[in-house]
Amino acid sequence: MDSKTLTHLQRLEAESIHIMREVVAEAENPVMLYSVGKDSAVMLHLAKKAFYPAPPPFPLLHVDTTWKFQDMYKLRDKAAKDAGMELLVYQNPEAVERGINPFDHGGLHTDMWKTEGLKQALDKYGFDAAFGGARRDEEKARAKERVFSFRSANHRWDPKNQRPELWRLYNARKAKGESVRVFPISNWTELDIWQYIHLEGIEIVPLYFSAPRPTVVRDGLILMVDDERFPLDGEEPVMRSVRFRTLGCYPLTGAVESEAKTLPDVIQEMLLTTTSERQGRAIDHDQAASMEKKKQEGYF
Amino acid sequence: MNTQEPIYKTDALIAENIEQYLETHQHKTMLRFITCGSVDDGKSTLIGRLLYDSKMIFEDQLATLEADSKRSGTQGEEIDFALLVDGLAAEREQGITIDVAYRFFTTEKRKFIVADTPGHEQYTRNMVTGASTADLAVILIDARKGILTQTRRHSYLVKLLGIRHVVLAVNKMDLVDYSQEVFDKIVSDYTAFAAEIGIETFTPIPISGFKGDNITGPSENTPWYDGVSLLPHLEEVEVEDSREQASPFRMQVQWVNRPNLDFRGFAGLVSSGQVRPGDEVRVLPSGKTSTVARIVALEGDRDLAVAGESITLTLADEIDCSRGQVIVASQSPLEVADQFESTIVWMDEHELLPGRAYWMKIGTQTISATVAEPKYEVNVNTQEHLASKTLDLNAIGVANITTDREIPFAPYDENRDLGGFILIDKITNQTVAAGMLHFALRRAQNVHWQATDITRDNHAEMKNQKPAVLWLTGLSGSGKSTIANIVEKKLARMNRHTFLLDGDNVRHGLNKDLGFTEADRVENIRRVGEVAKLMTDAGLIVITAFISPFRSERDMVRSMMQPGEFVEVFVDTPLEVAESRDVKGLYAKARSGKLKNFTGIDSPYEHPESPELRIDTTEMTPEEAADLIIARLIP
Repeated sequence: MDSKTLTHLQRLEAESIHIMREVVAEAENPVMLYSVGKDSAVMLHLAKKAFYPAPPPFPLLHVDTTWKFQDMYKLRDKAAKDAGMELLVYQNPEAVERGINPFDHGGLHTDMWKTEGLKQALDKYGFDAAFGGARRDEEKARAKERVFSFRSANHRWDPKNQRPELWRLYNARKAKGESVRVFPISNWTELDIWQYIHLEGIEIVPLYFSAPRPTVVRDGLILMVDDERFPLDGEEPVMRSVRFRTLGCYPLTGAVESEAKTLPDVIQEMLLTTTSERQGRAIDHDQAASMEKKKQEGYF
Repeated sequence: MNTQEPIYKTDALIAENIEQYLETHQHKTMLRFITCGSVDDGKSTLIGRLLYDSKMIFEDQLATLEADSKRSGTQGEEIDFALLVDGLAAEREQGITIDVAYRFFTTEKRKFIVADTPGHEQYTRNMVTGASTADLAVILIDARKGILTQTRRHSYLVKLLGIRHVVLAVNKMDLVDYSQEVFDKIVSDYTAFAAEIGIETFTPIPISGFKGDNITGPSENTPWYDGVSLLPHLEEVEVEDSREQASPFRMQVQWVNRPNLDFRGFAGLVSSGQVRPGDEVRVLPSGKTSTVARIVALEGDRDLAVAGESITLTLADEIDCSRGQVIVASQSPLEVADQFESTIVWMDEHELLPGRAYWMKIGTQTISATVAEPKYEVNVNTQEHLASKTLDLNAIGVANITTDREIPFAPYDENRDLGGFILIDKITNQTVAAGMLHFALRRAQNVHWQATDITRDNHAEMKNQKPAVLWLTGLSGSGKSTIANIVEKKLARMNRHTFLLDGDNVRHGLNKDLGFTEADRVENIRRVGEVAKLMTDAGLIVITAFISPFRSERDMVRSMMQPGEFVEVFVDTPLEVAESRDVKGLYAKARSGKLKNFTGIDSPYEHPESPELRIDTTEMTPEEAADLIIARLIP
């Protein structure tokens, strides 16, 4: 019998789909966290494949900070509609009320909008399983996290008390009140993600591609002046040909100067580049184990 | 540092022709491997080296690495690659890692996923986890030390988990002057040992992870070695596709896709073989047959699906098929059984309790299963067989396992999905063990349930009553036996047919071989449960008076009975009160240490969470308690 050799992308795709179906079969009320980035885009595409011809049997949840790029909001709404899925948008009411923003509040911004916002949203809807698009290659602490990551009733992650994952067997049982974060694309690398987007023709936010954009430079980061809320300290925004390697809140996300206007150009630049992906995120610049600490507190 | 030019530089192609590069890389295959060895063997250094040589390290990471190397590295001024792959902060400060970490790198030909399982007390659990998904194992040996106890342990686990490709990486060759003699001696020693434990072939390579010898290409320091280098070997070794696809078609149904009344798809990951529309298939365990109608996919229907792919298929006939069932090639069905011999790796702090019911997850099916007392435990270092009544954390043993229903399966050696399982504690939900099924026990195939003409309903009707089990649980001295006795007398006066099973009495006969260890207590209750079940089948009202301290066993007995027939009565007496009564003088003995494993003193009592009835003996007399119980039974 002739055998067909599966490529690495086919193997990864099969594994991710398997994980998603396991969650849908075993969880009571799953949700997919959707951040509109390229990893979310791949995850959503995999979900469509996993449950076709049915639409994915869970809603999308966007934990919004109100400070995302405008292009991200546009694609968010379109992607949910195209997939035939319900889109839930959650904004932490306390952060709304206090007007928390990245310019005045520093670390509190991430803490209140994202960490607290996520916990509140999960509690509000009673979700017991949440898909996230984290990859193990992003950061050293993530290399050790399980695909199924259990959280106590108050959302804390205990790195010493995670269940062993053998073969393709995931133990999804949990007590009432506990929840599980599931990372179906754990084993994908940044290159895998880009190749898959290229191969499958997945729509991503145009910010990943280079274009002339109004920017200022602060603390060594090129920041895009995406709307009128950006406080300009007598600075004049400069049009630069830039793109983003990772997307978050626009005042916290550094751009890179680039001429990469197509997907192959972007991949080419990524491969030839000499700094790692998370460099553009202000959140990681504190200290070696910053991500681990955030995760224990409940950050995704 | 490294005298060789990395051969995996692809910058030129990326810069000149990205489209061609992408085309090449879209055809890469994937290899998962595990590295076995301790920190001293240079394992982390080797992995760091592979990442470095395959250019998976960026400048900012390199800068951090250089800074870290100076601060806490062990290699002086040189880059300490080991720091690249250490992880969590607390562990990093202690210089230990206690888990499985997954690393990724890629070359022109393959994507690699490396399971890194550093060795410490938790070694067995971690390595078994990492090895369960590996296609290949790299067993590291320090050239200065040769084959050690841990090499034997690693090799045994590699064999146990059925990893087909083994590389013996003799590391730190730079520290033995690249001596061929040293290398040959280690290879010859290992050859003898490998044959002993059943590893048929392996690939020995002399390397230095630190200096980079024979990693990406031949080293000039080992002119006597004309074999393959590590990375090229990892790139060339055969992946599992052809072997997996040559086996008959098997797919465990994961989820039934039912978007509307006209569509019913069966979703799952193809475990082995190939499938095409028109293939005749059989659904197990029911045995019903049908034909594959379509293989449905987002991008359009497919005409072929193979092992390793997640698919959705539809069948030509409307037959029952749900999650946990297995769709197989109709001409090659699987064996179906409910008793097996298995090897079990215990992974929990709390030891195996033979006879206790655990959840068993095998493929997409979760069922209830009990493990018998181990036939033997295996000393993971020497592979000797030891007698053992249980399995502790990191122990490996061979034991029979019984499931509460028949399941389709394959021996683990043939199919990891259909023969590999985990056990889950029903109360804590922790994964407590991993196991591998070897074969079905004859008994399961030959002993069939004998259907009798006089049914349990007939028995009950003749007695004009509804059978039930009144299960009294509570501390020693709480008054269970006293209350049970009164209940039985009152029921007898009401012409009810009853039987009282008392803890002490049962231990004089049926259970006289059992002691008071946790494992024996579990078995004690299991047997009492079985006897109570037979008696309810005979139509009786059974009253039991056992301490029965563990929730799991009480729940197990509950699950053996018909719904509603099990009435859990918690005879609730505070320990001080029970102890002050001390009718049999047992508490005094336990307090003085003359009596071990006494419930409430040095063995726990797990309170019922939602008993049908709770009797507070500090507030009512035994008579009143008995009336309350009877009122619950006969309203």
